[in-house]
Amino acid sequence: MASESHIVEYKTLGLTLAALLVLTGVTVGAASIDLGWINVWIALMIASVKAGIVLLVFMHMRWEGRTLQWSFLATVLFLAVMIGFIFWDVAFR
Amino acid sequence: MTAQTDASGKKLGMWLFLYTEIVLFGGLFVLYAVYFAGYTEDFIAGAKELDLFFGVVNTIILLISSFCVAAGVTAMQKANKNIALAGLVGALACGAVFMVNKYIEWGHKFAHGIYPGSDRLMDGPPGQNLFFGLYFVVTGLHGLHIVIGMTLLAVSLVLVTRQKITAQNNAVLDNSGLYWHLVDLIWIFIFPLFYLVV
Repeated sequence: MASESHIVEYKTLGLTLAALLVLTGVTVGAASIDLGWINVWIALMIASVKAGIVLLVFMHMRWEGRTLQWSFLATVLFLAVMIGFIFWDVAFR
Repeated sequence: MTAQTDASGKKLGMWLFLYTEIVLFGGLFVLYAVYFAGYTEDFIAGAKELDLFFGVVNTIILLISSFCVAAGVTAMQKANKNIALAGLVGALACGAVFMVNKYIEWGHKFAHGIYPGSDRLMDGPPGQNLFFGLYFVVTGLHGLHIVIGMTLLAVSLVLVTRQKITAQNNAVLDNSGLYWHLVDLIWIFIFPLFYLVV
C-alpha cells in the first residue's frame, strides 16, 4: 500500500454526521413503538449501521489496505464466535 | 540523516490495540445479553428509570465530537493548522460536556438510592441489581475511556501548536482520532442497550 493516506473531504464528513444524526432519530423513534422482542433487534441493527458508518468514513477503514480490513473482520468474527458459544452454553444448561 | 517514520506500522499497532478494546467491551455486552435473556422484565424496568434525554443528548454530542476530530485530521492532512486546532478544541469541549452530563445523570441515580451496593438495589429484584451493576460498570468504563481520549486529544492539540504534528508527520493525531472514534463507536451500542430497551 502507498504510504500516502486518503484525504476525506469536509463535505463527506458533514454528510456522514448528518446521516448519523438522522439514524439516531430513527432509533429513538423506533424504540417508542412497542413491537415486543423485535425492538431490541431493530435497535441493534440501527446501531450496527451507525457503527459501520463511523468505521468506514470517520475511521477511514474504507480506504485502508487489506491488512486492516481483514484483521478488523477477524475481530468481529472472533466476537461472533465468543457470543455464539456463550449463548450455546447458556441455552443448554 | 533524517529519522525514518513508519506511518502504516503505527496505524496497524493502534488498530491491534483497538481490537483488544472491542473484545473488552464485547465481553461486557455478552454479559449484558445473557442476563437480559434471563431477567428481561427487570432489565426493561431498569431501563425505564434511565433518563432518555441524557442518552440522546450524549449520543449527539459524541457524534459531533467525532465529526470534529475527523475534520481535524483532514485539515492536518491539508496542512491547515487552524482548522485542525478548531476541530480538536471542538471535540474536547464535546467530551467535557459529555462528562458533565454523566456526572449529573449518575448524581440523580445516587440521589434515588441507585448505586452499587445500595439498600434499594440489594433488597430489590435481582435483575434490576444486575442491570444497574452493568450500567455503572459499562458507562463508568466508557467514561474512563472518554477521559483517556480527551487526554490524547489534548496532547495532539499541544503537539499541533508546537508544530510537532505536521501534514507529513501526523501519526499521533491520527491514532488519537482513531481512539476517540472507537469510544464513540462503543457508545453507539451502549445507548440502545441501556436507554432504548423500554
